[in-house]
Amino acid sequence: MNLETLSIDQARAALTSGETTATALAEAHYERIAQKDDEINSYLSLAKDRALAQAAKIDALLKAGDPLPPLAGIPLGIKDVLTMVGSPATAGSKILEGYHPPYDCTAVAKLEAAGAVLLGKLNCDEFAMGSSNENSAYGPVHNPRALDRVPGGSSGGSAAAVAAGFCVASLGTDTGGSIRQPAAFCGVTGLLPTWGRVSRFGLIAFASSLDRIGPFTKNVKDAATLLGVMAGSDIMDATASHTPVNDYVAESQKPVAGLKIGVPEEYFGEGLDPEIRAAVEKSIADLKAAGCEIKKISLPHTRYAIPTYYVIATAEASSNLSRFDGVRFGLRDKSASTLTGMYRQTRDAGFGAEVKRRILLGTYALSAGYYDAYYKKAQQVRTLLTRDFLSAFNEVDAIVTPMTPTPAFKLGEKTDDPVAMYLADVYTVAASLAGICGVSVPCGNTKDGLPIGVQILGKHFEEGMALRVAQAVENSQP
Amino acid sequence: MSETVTADVVRRVAELALLELKDDEVARMQKDLNAILGHIDQLNELDTAGVPPMAQVSEILGGQVEASAEALREDVVRPSIDRNAVLREAPEADHRFFKVPKVIER
Repeated sequence: MNLETLSIDQARAALTSGETTATALAEAHYERIAQKDDEINSYLSLAKDRALAQAAKIDALLKAGDPLPPLAGIPLGIKDVLTMVGSPATAGSKILEGYHPPYDCTAVAKLEAAGAVLLGKLNCDEFAMGSSNENSAYGPVHNPRALDRVPGGSSGGSAAAVAAGFCVASLGTDTGGSIRQPAAFCGVTGLLPTWGRVSRFGLIAFASSLDRIGPFTKNVKDAATLLGVMAGSDIMDATASHTPVNDYVAESQKPVAGLKIGVPEEYFGEGLDPEIRAAVEKSIADLKAAGCEIKKISLPHTRYAIPTYYVIATAEASSNLSRFDGVRFGLRDKSASTLTGMYRQTRDAGFGAEVKRRILLGTYALSAGYYDAYYKKAQQVRTLLTRDFLSAFNEVDAIVTPMTPTPAFKLGEKTDDPVAMYLADVYTVAASLAGICGVSVPCGNTKDGLPIGVQILGKHFEEGMALRVAQAVENSQP
Repeated sequence: MSETVTADVVRRVAELALLELKDDEVARMQKDLNAILGHIDQLNELDTAGVPPMAQVSEILGGQVEASAEALREDVVRPSIDRNAVLREAPEADHRFFKVPKVIER
């Protein structure tokens, strides 16, 4: 059994045919992690007790010939910003060291209730802030496809673990590109659901108007399967939508002939790597050959997406991260004699440089005298960016763009220049601000063998359409 | 153009955010904040007079995301997380309360 390519369908077939058991499948993944994760650093903790107890339950169902839930025995990894009883939750930060949350994240609990085996928690940028996974307090993750390169971020561990065969699929989170960009860098599929589609209860918040949970998988159909299990309302999250959940697998397998595909000129300008341009243009040609109508469109405010994002995301972060104060969980600096001193010294010892930078920027943007100039202005531009997409979707069913301007860069290449690092998010943040859904799907490799991803964007709550076009791209790969 | 952020402004914002910064960190943050704010200044190219600010997605969709009344759960008592399980995770607690250093100096 090749764990690097093992999909949900293949794993399920191997379980039902008796070729393997849920326990053996979990153990095989743990063995591979033990052998190979030293050089990748994707797992921060393993949840062997919980995983093997679940695997035993599935094996009992198999033995009794009882009906199997949809994810029976499927080994998954979980980004360490999502809570799981029995496992630490670090969010990649020293400030949460030693914290064991007493409740399960809703999305994680739904996957387990559908039979999934939760192997452990995956490395990420501290509080999901970063585009390279170099901001983790527990060391960077290395790209399994080229160990001297970053896996992308912030869900770098989640992308790398799927690419390396350390799980069949994983969960990540995406605030400004943190699922889609690492999926492209590691050569796996990543799905960004519509904002509100999946409950965020149990997600350690970074920027609440942007944060979303979504899967990394080995193919488009698996992403549709996992979304179907996780989507839906939740009494623990008032922002989880009551919009009906569709049959995403069925929708993703429909033919694409007759669909209108928009290609926005703003995503093909200066700074786009020529090999990536060629691969994305090839995917567009493949969609045309499959019967799609290709339309040139314009999303005129695209160039303002990064500055808008870095105001809104940091403002929300400065508020969300105020809860980390040494009182209720994790680290406390015990040397201070006053309450304020304890807060300040705990936060100084617990937060890394990028987190401090973003808290400072967000606090500055929200402070008296600057609120209108930065925060309100950015919220107004967010309206313009969203209107761009809404009017484009009056004309087209889906939008196709490059996922990243360059392939995975080298570790250390951008760590001294925060602006250069932020510019790596050029194709991801506009969709984040607008709240629409998207899929990052592999569409080739550079001549050096680095993966290339293409982004398929869909309207709010039309994940089925985005997955359908992504499936057509996947089908056209050699 | 935004005004340049001085070291004093960095210290004041750090105080608002309850962050303690060493002198070398102040210099680094000052440089980075000015670089990032310089990039953010591009937003001033846009005339946004009369454009409503957008705090989150549901607003622009006319409430589609949180189907208004439905978004509120039924008002019934449910069990919450056990107090001991929560207090166990605190750096200092006494089974009833979180403990912190002295707040008021006499």
